[in-house]
Amino acid sequence: MSDPLLQVRDLCTHFTTRQPGLRAVKKVIRAVDGISFDINPGEVLSLVGESGCGKSTVGRTLTRLEKSTSGSVLFEGREILDLSPGAFRPLRRDIQMIFQDPFASLNPRLTIAQTLGEPLFIHGLATSWAEANVKIAETLELVGMDPKIMTRHPHEFSGGQRQRIGIARVMILKPKLVIADEAVSALDVSIQAQVLNLIKRLQRDSGVAMLFISHDLGVVRHISDRVAVMLAGKIVEVGTKMQIFEDPAHAYTRKLLSAIPRVAQRAGAA
Amino acid sequence: MALLDVEDLQIAVAKGRVLLPVVQGVSFSVDADETLGIVGESGCGKSLTSLAIMGLLDGTAVRITGGTIRFDGMDLGALSPKERRAIMGNRMAMIFQEPMTSLNPVYRVGDQIVENLRQHRDLSKRAARDRAVELLDLVRIPDPGQRIDSFPHQMSGGQRQRVMIAMALSCDPKLLIADEPTTALDVTVQKEVLDLMADLQKRMGTAIVLISHDLGVIAETCDKVSVMYRGRVAEAAPTAELFARLAHPYTRGLLNSIPVVDHDVEWLEAIPGRVPTIDEQLTGCAFHPRCPLATDLCSQTAPDPLQIAPAHRVECHFAEKVVT
Repeated sequence: MSDPLLQVRDLCTHFTTRQPGLRAVKKVIRAVDGISFDINPGEVLSLVGESGCGKSTVGRTLTRLEKSTSGSVLFEGREILDLSPGAFRPLRRDIQMIFQDPFASLNPRLTIAQTLGEPLFIHGLATSWAEANVKIAETLELVGMDPKIMTRHPHEFSGGQRQRIGIARVMILKPKLVIADEAVSALDVSIQAQVLNLIKRLQRDSGVAMLFISHDLGVVRHISDRVAVMLAGKIVEVGTKMQIFEDPAHAYTRKLLSAIPRVAQRAGAA
Repeated sequence: MALLDVEDLQIAVAKGRVLLPVVQGVSFSVDADETLGIVGESGCGKSLTSLAIMGLLDGTAVRITGGTIRFDGMDLGALSPKERRAIMGNRMAMIFQEPMTSLNPVYRVGDQIVENLRQHRDLSKRAARDRAVELLDLVRIPDPGQRIDSFPHQMSGGQRQRVMIAMALSCDPKLLIADEPTTALDVTVQKEVLDLMADLQKRMGTAIVLISHDLGVIAETCDKVSVMYRGRVAEAAPTAELFARLAHPYTRGLLNSIPVVDHDVEWLEAIPGRVPTIDEQLTGCAFHPRCPLATDLCSQTAPDPLQIAPAHRVECHFAEKVVT
């Protein structure tokens, strides 16, 4: 097997809060408390856990939206946590993020073409709008949107369509690692299935590696190669999809799996 | 006669001078001891239906334009506001989806429960407070004598949802309407809250209307189900019958859209397209633009309700074909 694309070792992200009032007490919240994992090229690793377990903070720390407290993160063998902001900037093209809320993550004042064109110009992947527009049209087709929508604004689209546009904004840069933080959680069931299929197909076709952060074990089973289960800032169990779902070792994983309400029977083809 | 009987309910949203229908002829009934699930995606009208039952529509921008809602033999539409207030929070109560925004952040949770109790019951402050502690204990809040003086922000999401349930149950309602009561909660907490509701129903014989987008939750907790799509009940049946013989392509599509935890599916059978917005005019069956079985008939003529089994009703021209 080739070298891991991403190696995370003993990563900690702690936050300090101050209780307001005269007798201010400092409190340290260990959101991420010493976790280690690898992501291989072309692999989908899911990070699953309940709210407050620190899974989103992991994603935000890897993209340096939060500052880590200690530990090391090697991307293609190179330490990224202590890079200067300027030195990290080129890597932002390689490490891209899909956000949860399709209503908050697109700038309402930009057209779709501007939204997708901006990263192209920032990373020097296009020098003229003529060049950019070709790429934008290609990418929109890739995510199942009509290229004619380029001149329109986000408010004209439904949640599912906006999430497709958010995915287009990521894929247009041809990143090496995509971090998807609850990327389908805000969508209705029937739309979620469409977007999930889309993410799976794009991942397979492009071979991009993915860190898929989610609380939904059904979604995780559908998309992942390997799964890491988080509880209170730590990874309690990591394994292949089969190990985690068919033969979970940790009591917490079993508790999570047994808590999911199920429909006993699945419908056959209509 | 059923405890709650909704018949041919029509709700419209005013947009400028036109009234756009958002709930079109919804009918269902719930008996004591029974749980009805209403399932559907956003915009299907499930929440508006529950707000209409509780009398919480504003009457101007969103208003009931037809149909009747009968509770315990009374026509709720014919009651005066005062008579209505005497029932709401008392014999009929609601649990809202968002426990953070439905509790008042500047009052202690105990005071909020006491307020409802003293509104409807002739209780002294002392007695109402004791009852509130009992209720918090009933919904399994640890150390209720202390926690009664907590503010909502000092509690976790699951605890706040339990406070909402305690408040709804404070006057032993005969009917409980729960609008996505567990959607904001983690799965392990969700299980506890659903178990708690089932347990309380067993003890008090409450009728429950559970509104959810989650077919798993519905399948595990409800006696019967109404599947809503774009303001209509597309399919309604007892839970076991529904999942054994799905007769509407939408119900089938919804079920096949869910990624399951128990086995692998290579590609999900997603329903194509999207839920039409309320101002889109549609002729025929509301589901036809997304339906794999749609023909010219479907785009021209709305299907009549079809009874395919006792208590199993479906609105689809091809229900018999779907069910096989």
